Amino acid sequence: MNDFNLPGFYTLFAREVWRFLKVSIQTILTPVVTVMLYLLIFSSVIANSRQMLPGVDFLNFLVPGLIIMAILQNAFANSSSSLFQSRLNGNVTFVLLAPISDFEFCLAFVGASVVRGLCVGCGVWLAAGCFVWVPPVRPLLALALAVTASIALGSLGLVSAIIADKWDHIAAFQNFVIVPFSFLSGVFFAVSKLPLFWRRVSLGNPFYYLVDGFRAAFVGVSEMPPGLSLAVAVVFSLLSFAWALRLLHKGSNLRA
Amino acid sequence: MAAVKVENLGKDYGSLRALGGVSLEIGEGEFFALLGPNGAGKSTLINILAGLVRPSRGRAAVAGFDVRRQWRKARRSLGVVPQELAYDPFFTVRELLTLQAGYFGCGRPAKKWIDELIGRLGLEEKADTLMNHLSGGMKRRVLVAQALVHRPAVVILDEPTAGVDVALRSRLWVFMRELNRAGHTIILTTHYLEEAENMCRRVAVLNRGRLAALAPLDELLRRYSWRMLHLKLRSGSCGRLPPGLAELVVKTSGPEIVLRLHRDRDPLGGVFEELEAAGVRFSDLRIHEPGLTEVYHELTAEAGS
Repeated sequence: MNDFNLPGFYTLFAREVWRFLKVSIQTILTPVVTVMLYLLIFSSVIANSRQMLPGVDFLNFLVPGLIIMAILQNAFANSSSSLFQSRLNGNVTFVLLAPISDFEFCLAFVGASVVRGLCVGCGVWLAAGCFVWVPPVRPLLALALAVTASIALGSLGLVSAIIADKWDHIAAFQNFVIVPFSFLSGVFFAVSKLPLFWRRVSLGNPFYYLVDGFRAAFVGVSEMPPGLSLAVAVVFSLLSFAWALRLLHKGSNLRA
Repeated sequence: MAAVKVENLGKDYGSLRALGGVSLEIGEGEFFALLGPNGAGKSTLINILAGLVRPSRGRAAVAGFDVRRQWRKARRSLGVVPQELAYDPFFTVRELLTLQAGYFGCGRPAKKWIDELIGRLGLEEKADTLMNHLSGGMKRRVLVAQALVHRPAVVILDEPTAGVDVALRSRLWVFMRELNRAGHTIILTTHYLEEAENMCRRVAVLNRGRLAALAPLDELLRRYSWRMLHLKLRSGSCGRLPPGLAELVVKTSGPEIVLRLHRDRDPLGGVFEELEAAGVRFSDLRIHEPGLTEVYHELTAEAGS
């Protein structure tokens, strides 16, 4: 690590965090309000006595799923929108001119995605307290999954920002990959209640393990062993990070 | 040690050869012009030095550091003012310069230098203004400050005065001369050839990815063999031009004619003697010595043909 440009990395990380804090109405408040609306609708329409998992009321089941979904989507949005906007404006050049390695670059962007994911996650959790207070029974597991989920989606955000040629491509990645995967990961329902075919399909969706494990950290009940969920989360985040790093290393759309 | 050294540097984009085997050396403390028409390979060369483009072959070094193997040191030694008005809309001028200093590992110590840059470039009143609220000229000043924030040994100015008003131009050149006197190597690319002629001591001309010329400015000017003689003829003299001189006339406008004279073959003394012998009388004369513009046009036309 002798060769690690710590001040350069830290400055880029701070720049990324500073950027989303400067527009916190859009980056933190909006996702929190969106989740509040979900809760408002679901708490009004669906009887709370209905149970998705044994011994867990529906709102208690729903809140951890909504928190991790908000974390996933915002971690993705942070790195994808920031890098792509910098690419379009041309100001990413100033970072590329600096003695910052691909690894430091990736780590700074993904690190900021983690911070945004955690800020939004905490915001959603606290706001959900207006409806139902769900304290985590295994806070360290919750934190570990929130961080790994943010790493994975922050990395995928970088991938989409590097590959994309226009905002339409970013929106397509978000709307046709991230949103369906997160909606179909058991946020609003227990996967075990799905028909066999869709249950099997869900097992191939890494978001499912993130949601299920995160829920286990809050309510203590899950469909999959939490250890397996954490292992899948770690592998998923490492693979996503490696993908982003490889694209940066190849120079795709950033260095010719 | 050379400030910049490139050896057989080449870059291909698929079948397009953007840069084909360029070798040149720029000494420490030089004020150097890198000229050439659009698409000549200037930006490719600059971007290779800056690490934004990877060369297909050859080597490049900045301040003695290979841009591929010792890229961190090479980038620390280089500041680039890019051609495009790129800016980060989220931050103010001071915030942006502080971030840029941080990328290079110059944290708090850079604060004083940032204040000085802000002052020298006339950005005091705009220091706490968001970048997207600045005019084009102000944004250009910030680009210059960003390139200098880590005090690089070598500064590349890529079309720094495009779209810039006269006041900023002169302020910029005064500042660049000072930096040059303080030991910084300045490399300038510009389409305003008079700027290069006024500022630079040595010139490279690129054309179609190849080096068309590399020489001190005065030597390059001497290489151009032609000068223009403008004569305002008295009435009745026009038809008396001897055939040997008549074929040197390149322009006629009323009583004024312009002769294109070769420095060696058409000495002025001989021309005036011929005119006198033929009875040609004139009321005024003007000799136009060639500048960089003429040399540049000849070089790029030669290489292109």
